[in-house]
Order: sequence, then C-alpha cells, then structure tokens
Amino acid sequence: MAEDRTGLATQAQMNAEPVEMLLNMGPQHPSTHGVFRMVLWVDGEKIVDVEPHIGYLHRGSEKLCEGEQYHQIITLFDRMDYVANFNNELVYCQAVEKLMGLAVPERAEYVRVILCELNRIASHLLYVGTIGLDAGAMTPTMFAFRGRERIQSLFEAISGARMMHNYFRIGGVKEDLPDNFEQLIAELLPLLKEDVEESDRILTFNEIFLTRLKDVGSISAEEAIDFGFTGPCLRGCGVEYDVRKAQPYSVYDRFDFDIPVGLDGDCWDRHWVRVQEMYESLKIIEQALEQIPEGEVVSSLGRRLIRPPAGEVYVRAENPRGEIAVHLVSNGTDRPYRLKVRPPSFCNLSAIKRLLYESWIADSVVILGSLDIVLGEVDR
Amino acid sequence: MLNSVKGMMLTLASTFQGLKKPVTREYPKQPTPVQPRFMGFPALTWDNDVDEPFCTGCMVCIRNCPTQCMSASMMDNPLNEEGKSHRRKIVDYFEINLNRCILCGICVEVCNFDAIVMSHEHEMSTYERNGDRVDLPALLDIGKKYQRETAWIPPTVLAKAKKEAEDAARAAAAENAEPAAAAQEAD
Repeated sequence: MAEDRTGLATQAQMNAEPVEMLLNMGPQHPSTHGVFRMVLWVDGEKIVDVEPHIGYLHRGSEKLCEGEQYHQIITLFDRMDYVANFNNELVYCQAVEKLMGLAVPERAEYVRVILCELNRIASHLLYVGTIGLDAGAMTPTMFAFRGRERIQSLFEAISGARMMHNYFRIGGVKEDLPDNFEQLIAELLPLLKEDVEESDRILTFNEIFLTRLKDVGSISAEEAIDFGFTGPCLRGCGVEYDVRKAQPYSVYDRFDFDIPVGLDGDCWDRHWVRVQEMYESLKIIEQALEQIPEGEVVSSLGRRLIRPPAGEVYVRAENPRGEIAVHLVSNGTDRPYRLKVRPPSFCNLSAIKRLLYESWIADSVVILGSLDIVLGEVDR
Repeated sequence: MLNSVKGMMLTLASTFQGLKKPVTREYPKQPTPVQPRFMGFPALTWDNDVDEPFCTGCMVCIRNCPTQCMSASMMDNPLNEEGKSHRRKIVDYFEINLNRCILCGICVEVCNFDAIVMSHEHEMSTYERNGDRVDLPALLDIGKKYQRETAWIPPTVLAKAKKEAEDAARAAAAENAEPAAAAQEAD
C-alpha cells in the first residue's frame, strides 16, 4: 500500500481502520417517495448516522390557510396528503363544524365514511405497490395500481376529480351521490376485494419479501410512543390504538371492525397491519352501505358564508398514515387566525435516525418505504 | 423456494388474464371517457334563447377563487336596451389563466347565474408560456361545446323543476290524505 501509485491511500486505509463515508440519497431518488433527502454516514455497508433533509415540497400551506376563506381551505387540505385526500378534507371540515357547533346530516356522515374508507384502501394499495418496488418487486405495483385506478374512477364519478376532489363541505358534502352510485359500488366492491386479496397474496408471505422485511427496522412500543408514532406504524409495534376506536368521530362507533396489531414493530409488521386494514375498511364500507339513510347531504347553515365564532378547537382523525389533527384558532372573521396541522407522516418520519442506525444501506430504502410517508404532508 | 414458485404462478395467471382482458389503454390513441361529473377546465355558458352569455360579469367567482386565476369586467347590455334580454349588465371581458386554475369547482358553486361550468376539457397543453390564458370567445367556445355534448340544462332550471315536482307530489299526497282523514272523522 505504501507504494500506491495513485497516492490516494490515506493513513487510515493503510492501517485498515474503518472509514466513514458520506453518501447522499435523494432528493431525486425514486425510493424516497417524493423529494426527501437523506445524508447517510456509512461505514462499509452499515449506516452510522443519518441526516434527513425535508422541505423540498414546502408550500407554506399552514400560512396560506390564514389568507383563505374557510370554504377555500378545503382545496389546500386536498393537497397536503395527496394520497388520502378525502381523509384530509374530513378532519378539516370536522374542525370547523366543531367550532361552529354545526350538525352534519346523517347521510352526509355515511357518505364521508364510505369515501374515507375507500380512500384508505386506495392509499394502502399505493403503499403495497411502493413497498414492493422498494423490496425489489415490480409486479405488485402494477397489480396495486389496477385496484387504485378502479377506486379513483369511482371518485371521479362522485366528486368529478380523481385526486383533488374538493367534495366535502363544512356541514356535509358538495352534492348527493350520483344516481348510479349503487350500481357503481356494487360493481367495484367484488373487484376491489379481489385486488386486495391479490396484493396480499403476491407479497405478504412471499419468501423473498419476508427475508427483506422481517426483523428490519424494528422499534419497541415504548420507543414508538416516545417518537409520536401513530397509525399502522404504531400498531405494528403491538399497541392497539386507533382514533376510530379510541375516540370515535363521525359515525365510526356504529361499525363493527377490528384493529389489526403487529408483534415486533419491524417493517413486515407495519406492512401486515396495512394489508389487514384494507380488509377492515372493506368491512366498514359494506356496513355503511347497509346503514346509509336517505335525506339531505348538506346542512343549510353550511351554504352561507362561514364565519365561526372566536375560539379554538383541536380535532383529530385517523388517516391511512396515522393520526392527523387540526388545531384551528378563529378570531371571528371569515378567515382562520391560525391553523396548525399535526401531520402523521412528519411524526413517523422523526424516527428515521433511530430506525436507520446500524442498518444496511440496502435496507434503508425498505425502512423508509415501510413508514409510508407522503412528502406533501411532511413539508406542508 | 415453494413460495417463490407460488408467487410466480400468481404472476403468470395474471399475465394470461391481462392478455385476454387488458386493463391498460393506449391513451392518446384510445382516449379514456370521462365521467358525467368530471371537472375539467372552467368555461362560460351561452344562453341560446337570447343569444348572449349567461355571465353578467358580477365577479363573485373571482372573489371566491382560491388561486385568483380569473379576471373580468362588466358593461351595460345592449340587448337589454333593445328589450330582448332581461340582463341589464353583461360580461365585457373575461380571462382565465388555466395554468393557475386548480379545478376545484368553487366558481361554479358560487355562480348565481349558471354562467360558468366545469367543462370536460382536459387536454389543453400549449407551446407558449401564456398559451393557456383563455379569453371570453375561447371560454364561450369551450362552454358551447360542453353544452352541446352533455345536453346541458341550467342547474337553477333543474332545481326549479325538481322543487315543482316535489310540491306537486306533496299536494297530491295531501289531497289523498284529506278524504281519508275526512272518512276517519266521519267514523
């Protein structure tokens, strides 16, 4: 080594000491699920330290909310978690309704629940597709997107848009379901069930997939709670916590469904919980379709200029990614004084340093994928 | 090993199914039909009875637009002076920057004159930076196309017809109930 002609060998290399190397990953990396950048300190193939960089998708949504009227803010919430738009609209509408003391018609609540649960399945299907890609399988993406496409076509028939719906209103929903809705959903549900089962069959207990995900990125329940984990990431650790059960909102207390819970808190458990949640969502949709009453879909008060009384509320709901919460401060005008969002992916992402520590470079992609982040929500 | 074979079988089965009944579409050659409620770019509607736009340029949509993508102005309606139209004011100038528009549909919801619709137009890429800033004639053209293709009826007319039908049904029910009640009283 002393005669190295390139003259690049350092003293450390000559002594065969471990050398830390800096490795940049993202923001333009297909496995960072958007524009997320990680600076990895690696020692050989082991990750020693991580520095996450967020903010590449920062649009200042919370500040923008202060300049928009209450009915315009729904469009901003569509764009926060752009994979689960209906769930985001729901939590904002609920916050304003709670502040105004507005009662939502029964039918509207059921419509909201059905759409939110369909959106949850669509979001988890996207997750199944991307975790497949992260683990090195291309096929699940194609399968999952087929199911997601079907759900989005239904959304288009109901709200007029495939992703940015702007369908929920303060005090109900924009308009009633289309006349052929029953036929559409009757066609969709069996196909969707097949899609969910297929995405489960192709990946969950696949041998390669199991070896890639099992015992990778484990975190204990205590630590997960300390990091503020919610949603499937927390349930994967064995904590039975779901806002839909813990503090039922909308009409969720009328449905019979289980909370799937993992054991070890590793990547595979988080994956398993999400897959099981799709089955539970299907159960909720079926029950909601049976119970849905006739009637109005929007409260007459919601049609007027919305001007909630001065005060503040904190409302939370279960997103596909975890617990989303809105802290809304009103000063009695037609625009909010402050609107703070607690985004689930942001809190789940906070543990990335702990999860990646001492793991392999090849696993970093899977660990990040299993957290199922949406950068639109992390950066807001 | 066995599991991998199982996974492979699933893929194979799906491949054959896909060959029989493909899910994907060759998009530009084979356009995807849109749903009736589809919200494409906003467009202005044309009142065929009077032969003028529905829009009076009242600017309520501009005030409610979350992205401020429109601008408009109004003028005195010449047809009203001639006694042909009930609109005293009419739109003079209207422009929508479709690059800014987020297709939220709030403008349609707040419009009091059925003057604006979310058309089914969604393929409007241009080569110029400002090529998607459409003015009044272009907006009316898109609107007319939408009205022609979907046999558009103004929503207020629809709502009025629905309300009248409901009222008629209620009146009929009340009439039916009255003899029954009278019969009961007689008993």
